[in-house]
Amino acid sequence: MKNKLTMLLATLLTLGAQAQDATNNEATASVMRSNGKIYVVVAVVLTILFGLIAYVIRLDRKITKLEKEA
Amino acid sequence: MQFNWLKISAILLLIYAVVGGLLLPVPELSQLGETIRNLYYHVCMWFAMMILYTISIIHSVKYLRNGKIEHDIKAVSYAGTGTYMGLLGYATGAIWASYTWADPNNPAYASFGSIMREPKLIGAATALLIYGAYFILRSSIADLDQRARVSAVYNIFSYAMLFPSIWIIPRLLPSLHPGQEGNPALNFNDIDARMRMVFYPAVLGWAFMGIWITTLIIRYKFIIEKKWSNNEK
Repeated sequence: MKNKLTMLLATLLTLGAQAQDATNNEATASVMRSNGKIYVVVAVVLTILFGLIAYVIRLDRKITKLEKEA
Repeated sequence: MQFNWLKISAILLLIYAVVGGLLLPVPELSQLGETIRNLYYHVCMWFAMMILYTISIIHSVKYLRNGKIEHDIKAVSYAGTGTYMGLLGYATGAIWASYTWADPNNPAYASFGSIMREPKLIGAATALLIYGAYFILRSSIADLDQRARVSAVYNIFSYAMLFPSIWIIPRLLPSLHPGQEGNPALNFNDIDARMRMVFYPAVLGWAFMGIWITTLIIRYKFIIEKKWSNNEK
């Protein structure tokens, strides 16, 4: 179940990317494109950071569960 | 799981370190360019390492004073995360140096290999290797109490060895690495005020993250410990 949800989420994310492709022509002056596109780097690094934090939180939860069982 | 102040501030400070670190203005220096922003990430690894090693030695001293095995577990966990952050600091420093120090016009610094002979880098590598020996020493002693006692004493020795290898010797020898004249990044005269606004929170953020991860390791080891003692009964 969890894997299917992840798959669905990944598919939805690629749809978002394609939609962005289509709007490229009209909105070249968006925030993400200003300043040498540095905001794209910020978004990428933040995504990785959030992923890592979510991972640590998940580990924390699992260990808490183990502690209650033990 | 509960969110305490440490976990929340680790998350918030790291988000600030990434957003502020990439977007806020920095001084323009010809040789460094935008790589000066590495101060918020590369240097923070070493600061976090130093903080984690300090917590580790405190637990080693506590173990030697009262002989409780939990202090030994805490000491080795903090030393482990500290060493890991040190390795990350070394790796990021290698990337940074190869794009800012390498100079094809100067034969002494032309290649990656010649840059890596810097006294500061050798000192940092020595410090990390001394901590590497700490883990090898631990794993080579089977008896629990003896292992805890010997490694606690060695941990104090390796913490003491940090000072000559990463604080004193690099100050005595000429080096491309900044900080020859004092405490790099802590000296109020050589760090820009705008950078200090991000640098100090970033140090705390990375250190808190390291402490959080270490508490997870410690709790995991406590569970294992409990399981073993239950099996023996």
